[in-house]
Amino acid sequence: MKNFGFSLSKDRQIDFDKSDKRIMDFVKIEEPTFNICIACGTCTATCSAGNFTEMNLRKMITLIKRGEITGVRAELSKCMLCGKCSLACPRGVNTRNVIFKINQALEKYSL
Amino acid sequence: MKAEGKQAIWKEYQKEIADDKYFYVRSCVRQNFFPGSETTFLRILREELGKDIYEHACHTTCTGIGYHGDIVPVDTMMTVVARQFAMMTEAGYENLVPSCITSFGIYTEVMDTWHHFPETEQKVRDYLWKATGREFQIPKNLAHASDIVFKFRKEIAAKAKYQLINKETGKPLKVVEHIGCHYAKMFPDKGIGGAEYPYVLTGMIEEWGGEVIDYPERRHCCGFGFRQYLVQANRGYSMSCSHKKFESMKPYQPDLILTNCPGCPMFLDKWQYAIAELEGKTYGANGQGIPVFTYEELAGLMLGYNPWDLGLQMHQVSCEPLMDKIGIEYNSETKYHDKNGNSLGVPEKPTVLKVSL
Amino acid sequence: MNRKRVIVIGGGIAGMESAANLASMGYDVTLFEKSQELGGHLLGWEKLFPTMRMGKDVVKFLDKGVHLAKVNIVKNSNITNASKNGNLFTVSCGDGAKYESEALVLATGYDIFDAKRKEEYGYGIYDNVITSAELEEIFLSGKPLLTTKGEIPKRVGIVHCVGSRDEKVGNVYCSKVCCVTAVKQSIEIKEKIPDSNVFCFYMDLRMFGMHFETLYKQAQEKHAVNFIRGRLSEACENMDGSLLVKVEDTLAGKPLRMSVDILVLMVGMVPSEGTKKIGTMLGMNFGANGFLKSQDQHTMTSISNIPGAFFAGCCGSPRTINNVFADARSAAMMTASYLEAYDIEERITYI
Ligand code: SF4
Ligand code: SF4
Ligand code: SF4
Repeated sequence: MKNFGFSLSKDRQIDFDKSDKRIMDFVKIEEPTFNICIACGTCTATCSAGNFTEMNLRKMITLIKRGEITGVRAELSKCMLCGKCSLACPRGVNTRNVIFKINQALEKYSL
Repeated sequence: MKAEGKQAIWKEYQKEIADDKYFYVRSCVRQNFFPGSETTFLRILREELGKDIYEHACHTTCTGIGYHGDIVPVDTMMTVVARQFAMMTEAGYENLVPSCITSFGIYTEVMDTWHHFPETEQKVRDYLWKATGREFQIPKNLAHASDIVFKFRKEIAAKAKYQLINKETGKPLKVVEHIGCHYAKMFPDKGIGGAEYPYVLTGMIEEWGGEVIDYPERRHCCGFGFRQYLVQANRGYSMSCSHKKFESMKPYQPDLILTNCPGCPMFLDKWQYAIAELEGKTYGANGQGIPVFTYEELAGLMLGYNPWDLGLQMHQVSCEPLMDKIGIEYNSETKYHDKNGNSLGVPEKPTVLKVSL
Repeated sequence: MNRKRVIVIGGGIAGMESAANLASMGYDVTLFEKSQELGGHLLGWEKLFPTMRMGKDVVKFLDKGVHLAKVNIVKNSNITNASKNGNLFTVSCGDGAKYESEALVLATGYDIFDAKRKEEYGYGIYDNVITSAELEEIFLSGKPLLTTKGEIPKRVGIVHCVGSRDEKVGNVYCSKVCCVTAVKQSIEIKEKIPDSNVFCFYMDLRMFGMHFETLYKQAQEKHAVNFIRGRLSEACENMDGSLLVKVEDTLAGKPLRMSVDILVLMVGMVPSEGTKKIGTMLGMNFGANGFLKSQDQHTMTSISNIPGAFFAGCCGSPRTINNVFADARSAAMMTASYLEAYDIEERITYI
């Protein structure tokens, strides 16, 4: 293989036809309120973890729904399970259980 | 796909193209990239179509690459453009025909700017007068060289020796058309067929017997991008754009790619080598690439010109398999010979991409 | 006693309802409809948001209104001239008939945005791109929603704001009804094809009406409809006839592409040709977006710049059905008060 001093750039585009929707499919069934999130960000605004780390529950939910799951485990490990997000959510998403279910899916599929 | 839908759009984006008496301005890079193309264009216009086409020895770059690369300021660019107009005026011509898509974009942009901001035109007239003592008329008609070939596509077809048809199967060849971004993306109504479904190359392909492939990444840029390509570390990004297109067109098994810009054929041709070396991937049959042509080269091929006069030996992806498919005669012995029959030397073989040397 | 006459032009919801109200107040009302049937765009709708009641119920209600109040109906009318001379309005039709009245209500409605103008979405070019109006026709006909190859779609994409909120096509306004129509139609698709996945591509979800938000939540909760915030940059046809759409998932902060078997374009409302034609004949003022302009946005709705000429419904701006009803009744009220010599202009204390 030649070295030209450059290589192909990684495609940033989410390829929805090929992305990994196993976590999404699992959580959708196990905690249906996962579906009603409107990505308002109230959970992230109040999140104990999100105030000190990159953890962003709103974005994580969105990315899981698109099948973009690399990094989910690392991000989720920062959650303190304090439940403040559930308290704040205006839509009634059971965020704490969503987090449990994401964790379960991560284990189930060894992701 | 509904053909009528596209035809309806094509009807909306027609453009005025002068009939004769052209002032031709060459590209600053094409003579290195595809050395036979511009000569072939002049030959077709003069010898096949009997047109009056003039070029001026003092014509320079339009500065487009520098302008888009943030090196040349807009006032300088406009003054250089004004100088080209002055030479056209002095030579007694009114119809400007640039060979380069970026030049075409630059001229269109300058003329549009002057139309909306006449004070800018006045300023540039002053600059040009102070710098060179020249005056100019704005071209009456501006058409890209591919517009001209489009206009006379039927005349060329009538004189053609070959067609875009597989001689074994009798079926039309499958052609990818790739339009340079600056042809119509900035000014959609200045391009034949508009920006979303350009007709300029499609018209030639259909007239010459081929069939156009509409693949999902058809509108994506080839990745030239000026400053992206110019900096070595950024070239991967440039190459990735071509790669995206190849991946998208591969399932359609195109026989060739037709282009109308200096950069596109360069990158779509050469990156096939680089991608093969880096990724081990090729896009044509039998480990070969998909041959890439300029519209002048393709017109020349159809007319039966000697492929080595067209400069096809300069292509990275070999054109021989395509010529064999059509049944075009060529002499492999003279591929790397100059006009006087002296050997030019044979290029090195790539490690992955299969080529005919 | 000679009854005062009113001409109402346009036999959709706005025209029918204002005609019925004016006639029930005792005026001699003539209603002109260019087609052979009253009901306007409503005739093309199966179920209505947010309650999913049948569109034809509402048409029946309107029909009963004009018939009980004995509105004179002129169908297949081809109006060639409309003008005001002195205090009288005159309307001439292609067949040579002439009508006069003391007041006039314009209710010429909207046209559906021509989706071909969003060239990059490929309507009229790609096989499986349809408009929301065509989807509604399919529902109305009772036929199944199938791809052109006759297959049941596994994935359906719905594009919001086609021809609305888009400077590129010259329409900067919101058409108001299409967000909730998208939600309604996604639910209907899911009810008919439960295994399908529906994706709505939106810029903002404008669930302004009472119960619209409930419908939206129902779409998510009960039908797992997916909402992706981002506007399509283009659609292209894949080899198998499905469409590859490109969008930025703005909430994920990444470009995204996906294939859908059918792409539905939520076409917006544009001022109708009839509104342009007859409004111009009468010398009515048009606003910046091409809809009719009232004397004052807040206080003088339905009141045009021509004394005695009023307007109702979507010739003034995009409106939902219940807004059109309210507007039609308000226009009828303003017309009646004009005929009874009530001078509302006298109340204007500002300029
Ligand atoms: S439970 Fe986790 S995600 Fe929710 S607020 Fe607490 S730390 Fe944040
Ligand atoms: S607060 Fe609730 S609705 Fe809002 S983003 Fe978080 S989970 Fe979603
Ligand atoms: S109602 Fe929704 S879809 Fe329609 S124009 Fe407004 S924002 Fe766009």
